[in-house]
Amino acid sequence: MGFEKFGRKSFTGITKTSKFVDLLTEGKIEGTVCKKCGAKFFPPRADCASCLSKDMDWFEMPKKGKLETFTIAYYAPFGFEMDCPYTMGVVDFGELKLFARLAKDLKPEDVKVGMDVAVKPLQYEDGQMSFEIARA
Amino acid sequence: MAKDVAVIGVGQSSFVRGYEGSIRELAFEAFREAMQDAGITQKDVGASIFCSAPEYDKQRSPAGVLAEYLGLIPQPTFYIETVCSSSSSGVKVAYSMIKAGLHDIVVVLGFQKMSEITSAESQERMGRGADIQWEAPFGTMMPAYYALYAQAYMAKNGLTHDDLMNVRIKSGTYGQINERAVYRKGVKAADFDASNPDARMAAAVAWPLRVGDACANADGSSCVILANAEKAKAFSKKPVWILGIGAASEAVNMAARPDFAKGLSVGYGAAAEAYKMAGLTPKDIKVAEVHDCFTIAEIMAYEGLGFAPMGEGKQLIREKATYKEGRIPVNVDGGLLSKGHPIGATGGSQIRTIVLQLRDEAGPMQVPGSPEIGLVHNVGGVGLYGNVTIFGR
Repeated sequence: MGFEKFGRKSFTGITKTSKFVDLLTEGKIEGTVCKKCGAKFFPPRADCASCLSKDMDWFEMPKKGKLETFTIAYYAPFGFEMDCPYTMGVVDFGELKLFARLAKDLKPEDVKVGMDVAVKPLQYEDGQMSFEIARA
Repeated sequence: MAKDVAVIGVGQSSFVRGYEGSIRELAFEAFREAMQDAGITQKDVGASIFCSAPEYDKQRSPAGVLAEYLGLIPQPTFYIETVCSSSSSGVKVAYSMIKAGLHDIVVVLGFQKMSEITSAESQERMGRGADIQWEAPFGTMMPAYYALYAQAYMAKNGLTHDDLMNVRIKSGTYGQINERAVYRKGVKAADFDASNPDARMAAAVAWPLRVGDACANADGSSCVILANAEKAKAFSKKPVWILGIGAASEAVNMAARPDFAKGLSVGYGAAAEAYKMAGLTPKDIKVAEVHDCFTIAEIMAYEGLGFAPMGEGKQLIREKATYKEGRIPVNVDGGLLSKGHPIGATGGSQIRTIVLQLRDEAGPMQVPGSPEIGLVHNVGGVGLYGNVTIFGR
């Protein structure tokens, strides 16, 4: 339990990585790192795809990176219509990347490929926990 | 190149909005045409494979139901799914079964009835063809995912909105002359002009992609009948041989994707494998069907298939090289953009187009010069699955 609190609307109730949501409430965005081989993952995984270990630890993601790409959704899938328009993008930290929505106060005309951005946890009014891409 | 497995029959329903019948009746339309084309009866068929994306209709485990309706019991039957490339995956499995000597003739039937749900529901289901645990909670959908590729690609490679529009204008040219296409109107620049109040294609869906950059949902079915060399020679005057098959997969989450400006990795991977197996190069391909679910996807496909160097796909559309009379005709049946994209039926429909081209039977869409080698590029999800199949006379 616990993972239904992730994102605007979650499609997954149970995962071994549900601690991710608790970490968000503590203000941290974390991925997982394999204790055996050191492979790092974001989004977090409970099992190592490199060495098959299930012995994983949490690590905090970088806070700043570059916006590799983005899109502005003017049409939304069922259940997300009330948020339109919203911007989503991919942040490149070098070693790892992250996909999320961009903060509402970032105007579409100010968003550019390659710009410096920050990532931070986000709590919606209904208590759902997420993270977003914000101005650096 | 070995000539061990051939296509001996192809069929396709009209691609329509709101098919007036159930999925079994829709499947029968493509099946009847393919069986008549092959000149065989059900007792000649060793096995059947059914392909679609789930959750568009209510039927669970459709293979048994459809096999019975098509008169293909008691032969073995099963279901194959790789979303939008399901029927290409089905053809790969059928090829393997025939090559292994398990069956002489296998029917691959792709179908999709998308009109039982609304467009927003459809977007939600398609979005769930990506990562439901980590991405769908942000409100993702197919146009947005492809727009991520378009945005990065355009920024790096100088691709313009006019280039994307010209891909759509090309597909409209052929949708007009394909009587099985869902979108039969031609497309002109004014349709993309936001200052024109009648512009049908100018509204942004997921920027930088607009309405006109996206393919049309449709109901439809396709059928491909494959046979071993002995049966192909016995039944078919014009067998079309499978010369090469390649397939690849990629990370589902966008956070694990390589450089977005370089396009879909599965296009490159599947193409390399298919060319190697066929012993052919991109220059040998005389007609191609590529997975243009969005205009940007066609440009990226040109590069993955080696028709243009990486980053230079725009030149092909600027020079009209992918028109019927051009150097490498692509999607001269209207493609997914105009012919329509009934997910599970799409790969089989692309194969049908290439088979008809190689038999010189494509009517007004026929590429001049009797092409001998053709290629099908069929992608599932946001470059999650890639299939490239090369055919020859």
